[in-house]
Amino acid sequence: MDYFLELSCSGLVRGSIYALIALGYTMVYGIIQLINFAHGEVYMIGAFIALIVSGVLTIYGFSGFAILILAAVIAVIYAAAYGYTLEKIAYRPLRNAPRLSPLISAIGMSLFLQNYVLLAQTPDFLPFPALIPDFDFMEPIAHIMGSSELVILVTSAITMVALTVLIKYTRIGKAMRATQQDMTMARLVGVNVDNVISMTFIIGSVLAAIGGVLVGSYIGQINFYIGFMAGVKAFTAAVLGGIGNIPGAALGALVLGLAESYAAGYVSSAYEDVFAFGVLVLILILRPAGLLGKAVKQKV
Amino acid sequence: MAENFKRSLLVALWFVFLTFPLMVVKVNTLKNIVEWRWMNMLWVAIGAFFLSILWRWAMERQQLKSKAAESGEEDPNNFGLGKRLLEDPKVFKPVLAVLAMATLVFPMVVDIYQTNIMVLALIFVVLGLGLNITVGLAGLLDLGYVAFFAVGAYTYGILNSFWGIGFWISLPIGGLMGALFGIALGFPILRLRGDYLAIVTLGFGSIAKIVIENWEEVFNGAKGIAGIPRPGFFGMDMSIEAATTYTYYLMILMVVFTIFITNRLKDSRIGRAWMALREDEIACVAMGVDMARTKLGAYALGAFWAGLVGVIFAARNTYINPNSFTFMESALVLSIVVLGGMGSIVGVIIAALVLILMPEYLRAFSEYRMLMFGAVMVLMMIFRPEGLIANVRRKYTGGKVVTEDANA
Repeated sequence: MDYFLELSCSGLVRGSIYALIALGYTMVYGIIQLINFAHGEVYMIGAFIALIVSGVLTIYGFSGFAILILAAVIAVIYAAAYGYTLEKIAYRPLRNAPRLSPLISAIGMSLFLQNYVLLAQTPDFLPFPALIPDFDFMEPIAHIMGSSELVILVTSAITMVALTVLIKYTRIGKAMRATQQDMTMARLVGVNVDNVISMTFIIGSVLAAIGGVLVGSYIGQINFYIGFMAGVKAFTAAVLGGIGNIPGAALGALVLGLAESYAAGYVSSAYEDVFAFGVLVLILILRPAGLLGKAVKQKV
Repeated sequence: MAENFKRSLLVALWFVFLTFPLMVVKVNTLKNIVEWRWMNMLWVAIGAFFLSILWRWAMERQQLKSKAAESGEEDPNNFGLGKRLLEDPKVFKPVLAVLAMATLVFPMVVDIYQTNIMVLALIFVVLGLGLNITVGLAGLLDLGYVAFFAVGAYTYGILNSFWGIGFWISLPIGGLMGALFGIALGFPILRLRGDYLAIVTLGFGSIAKIVIENWEEVFNGAKGIAGIPRPGFFGMDMSIEAATTYTYYLMILMVVFTIFITNRLKDSRIGRAWMALREDEIACVAMGVDMARTKLGAYALGAFWAGLVGVIFAARNTYINPNSFTFMESALVLSIVVLGGMGSIVGVIIAALVLILMPEYLRAFSEYRMLMFGAVMVLMMIFRPEGLIANVRRKYTGGKVVTEDANA
């Protein structure tokens, strides 16, 4: 039973990280129908910047929980800047191009960012400073759920609630929903669509960076390549939940995280990634609209 | 001018900010050392400044071009050097003759090392041409193309190590296995929209590698299969030099064969169906094209070529392991197609030679290889989506069909 709970817990943790990344995919897809392939790279850059900030601060003699907050804040700011610049360089000039063009551009950007970090930093895995303290009150259930896992679950829950509030109740959220429904119409009623798209990329990148910081301190090491797999899996999660659908992305991510965790625990961990892709393929074949998505009829 | 200067300065500042933590600070959390590389900041600033001027200039040109295209004016000189050269038989024929001569004497002039690299480049030429069918002609973005390459290579490896079957029998089997896998994998996913297809093929590519790595009994896992014989010639014993030269000529034949087939395909009924499907799926289906069969054909044919050269690749290396079949190889082949121009045969050949040979000969470059490929993909899509040498489309001009290869 404990083993099952432990797997469930690690599955939930995995799922909430996927959710943070998947939300970025799904929001961007909802607005401009683009698979932002480089989204995983933004997550990786977020994790790297947190590592650099906290590493430098630790080496210069600071310590404590405050470092984590500072590192996370800087990582989030930088990830937002990267997301914004990415959209401006690689996607905006291709807004009216054939569908394949921005996708290839996105793949190019993903390769570029990966190798940029590889060359500017290091090809090796770097240990991530352990920033999340061990809480005393977690002692009794530490064998099932550690402190860092609790922090991840709580942080992602708060983030997702904040996102929901932002989209439901703020002006920019309203503009985003309008743009998602009909870009031309939104423009006609005075929504600055370019700003909304930039904002979507920024919000998505912020979420991804939060995920990156959490994953760094949870797994304890990162390298330039972590964004690729995480990106593909988060995309799987987004498709699973119905791409373009925000609650769907969160649900899909949790389902995928749990499923992966059980598969790794009870079947074989070597085939973990195969399993995730298998889920993706099955979903696309059996129910391409996803769990919560509506099937969209293509109009001529 | 001053406005331009100011904007570029701001861009430079922005990029200095953006790249500061990654380019300037280098922290080693293992040894607890921080390295500050302030010089990089200067390079980033200078680079970003000039690139942004270049970027804006290119953007303006791009807009002028699209405006001209919209108003229907076609600049007669806007055909590009490559296209004009290709269209003129006076230029085309001697160039072809010289090229043919050069390819024939190449292995006699250079040493075995160069020949071996050339063989690899030619393998990628065929891979590029194969993927060109799937991506360029049919418009199906395949990000797991290397999986079919692996199928070919491992077909030969396994057939040889288990049953001692030789190269010449494995060659067609490898190709057919590639096509078979193409059909088997393609069948369930071909009705998906383009971008979903891309992700699923990416998944297949990764699955193939993971399965090869973990299935010890058949694929020998991460150790790979060693001692694969080079191509034989009626059972003759050949030195390594002779075998390499022989493989080279074999690859030349292979390239010629591929060019011939793809060129014929392009103008065939199915080729035209591919292009129509790429341009507008709904209209194409409404015209009575069987979408599933046409797409599957493109997918299988692309995979067939990958399987075929996979066998040759295994024979060239005499050793294969899963690391030759990563996403990077798929990305490399894709950037060959993108750089060369989707659908353009000459463009793909040139791009393959450039992208494979350049990092081999300019060693300093090889580190920045993938970085460059990424940048190439983005820049090509923005500034020259038709590729270096654009595919020349047939035009119907009242009564007679004008083609680029009417005299070729």
